[in-house]
Amino acid sequence: MSGDANLLFLSIIVQDMDQFRQYEQVEAIRNRIPALSRTVYGKPLVYLDNAATAQKPDVVIERVDAMNRGVNGNIHRAVHRLSEETTLWYEQARDQVRDFIGAAAREEVIFTSGTTAAINTVAYAWCTQFLKAGDAVLVTEAEHHSNIVPWQLACQRAGATLRVLPVDDKGQWQMDVLETLLDERVKLVAAAHISNVLGLVNPVQALIDAAHRVGACVLIDGAQGIVHAPVDVQALDCDFYVFSGHKLYAETGTGILYGKRVWLEQMPPFLGGGDMVDTVTFEKTTYAPLPLKFEAGTGNFIGAASLAPAIDFAREMMGGQFEENQLEISAYLKEEFSKIDGLRVYGEGEHKIPLFSFSVEGCNHGDIATLLDKLGIAVRSGLMCCEPLITRFGHTGLVRASFAPYNTLAEAAVLVQGLHRVLRMLRG
Amino acid sequence: MEKSIQVLEREVVEEFAMFPEWMDKYEYLIEIGKSLPILDEREKTEEKLIKGCQSRVWLSCHMEEGRLVFAADSDAIITKGIIALLIRVYNHHTPAEILASDFGFIREIGLQENLTPTRANGLVSMIERIRTYASDNC
Repeated sequence: MSGDANLLFLSIIVQDMDQFRQYEQVEAIRNRIPALSRTVYGKPLVYLDNAATAQKPDVVIERVDAMNRGVNGNIHRAVHRLSEETTLWYEQARDQVRDFIGAAAREEVIFTSGTTAAINTVAYAWCTQFLKAGDAVLVTEAEHHSNIVPWQLACQRAGATLRVLPVDDKGQWQMDVLETLLDERVKLVAAAHISNVLGLVNPVQALIDAAHRVGACVLIDGAQGIVHAPVDVQALDCDFYVFSGHKLYAETGTGILYGKRVWLEQMPPFLGGGDMVDTVTFEKTTYAPLPLKFEAGTGNFIGAASLAPAIDFAREMMGGQFEENQLEISAYLKEEFSKIDGLRVYGEGEHKIPLFSFSVEGCNHGDIATLLDKLGIAVRSGLMCCEPLITRFGHTGLVRASFAPYNTLAEAAVLVQGLHRVLRMLRG
Repeated sequence: MEKSIQVLEREVVEEFAMFPEWMDKYEYLIEIGKSLPILDEREKTEEKLIKGCQSRVWLSCHMEEGRLVFAADSDAIITKGIIALLIRVYNHHTPAEILASDFGFIREIGLQENLTPTRANGLVSMIERIRTYASDNC
């Protein structure tokens, strides 16, 4: 089914479609994302699991395809033409990322396999050098497991302790408690720009400033943030900013570790191997300069290169109609969800992306997601890799609908109608 | 005379065949789940909890005159429906009869997607637990 036909189908499902304003730019961009026009169980796909992974636009698919077909030589190593061309595209993507996040230098932009690998690199390399017995690492209660576990491991190795900044019932960081948690023993603070469960844009600037006042280094997990908020790492003055490519429309298995040069220079390598060395003898090895020092072995260089068209694409969907569209979706869902008996949305705040994690009294999250799936609606359910946070709210799981700039209000309406039907079935 | 596992499997397959639409199949599954006798809260122990399921599901089993008798509960109603189906087919059969079954009817009724190990409702873990009970009592 083509994109247009899919929309027609949606308009049939959703009565009074006319009440929803249509944004030409949003409709046009959807036609450039092949996966959005597929069907599941014979129904048009309504993809609302964008916080887990985003669908790929044609420009990304074509870049990966073109490279696999003819621009595939291992980077940085050979003098032959294929290697040169591949290296060029790879390094060009690095420049584009540097520009996108406002890094001071390309040497501060390191390709990784994703957010998790980027965090682990810092948790290993930075902590090896700077985290000592008796020190502390501070995280928040709303972190993803991948921004908790690497720090637990680092603390165990160093004999340091892990401190946790709690959230309130709205899911907001308890900034008044921050003062008591931040002292000179805290060497590093790790926190999400935007929570993958709550969708709240966190006050990272205040956190970074407070941490710096006690001399602590700050890592911002931008897995969700990079997609929904403009990021300027120099303005933020964070020490590290990490994110994944696959949530930003690029190929899966790609990610970025941004780090201030002053830290990256002092950190020992994380992984040893090819491409990260200067000279190797059995007695002593010297390392390659940044950024290659942290890019050991053959990485996913084709995937990394796909970040270039992906960023172009992401930029196309910023501001203007896309922003209006997202605000409308959020307002619509807030209204509709409030009408559903026993439904509670987690994460309340002024700055919230169109991401809604919710529970419905008397209904299991897995049941809701399973049935929505049969209606063609893809949502996430479960712990969402945030067990401490979801436990804090007294649940064993939640349902999450996460919207990308390419989702429409009509799709939000399909979700609401689907939810009504599913809850009728479950509550029977 | 008790119906054989094969006959019960056939019955389930035929019932599900009456519902071509997915939502109807699940509606039926939910109905079956509601008919599952509720497990006493005291019975919901750690050892009866089936690991590998995102939703919590407890399965208890005891022997009566050489046959296995099951009872179960879950906090997810679809999971309850699936375990109720399994119980309907395998309840009051001998361990040898249960072990001889290939559990293939699940695939036939179109629930094969639930056989993926990562799937939230952990059908695989439920089947494994039933087989373990059977082989332990062989």
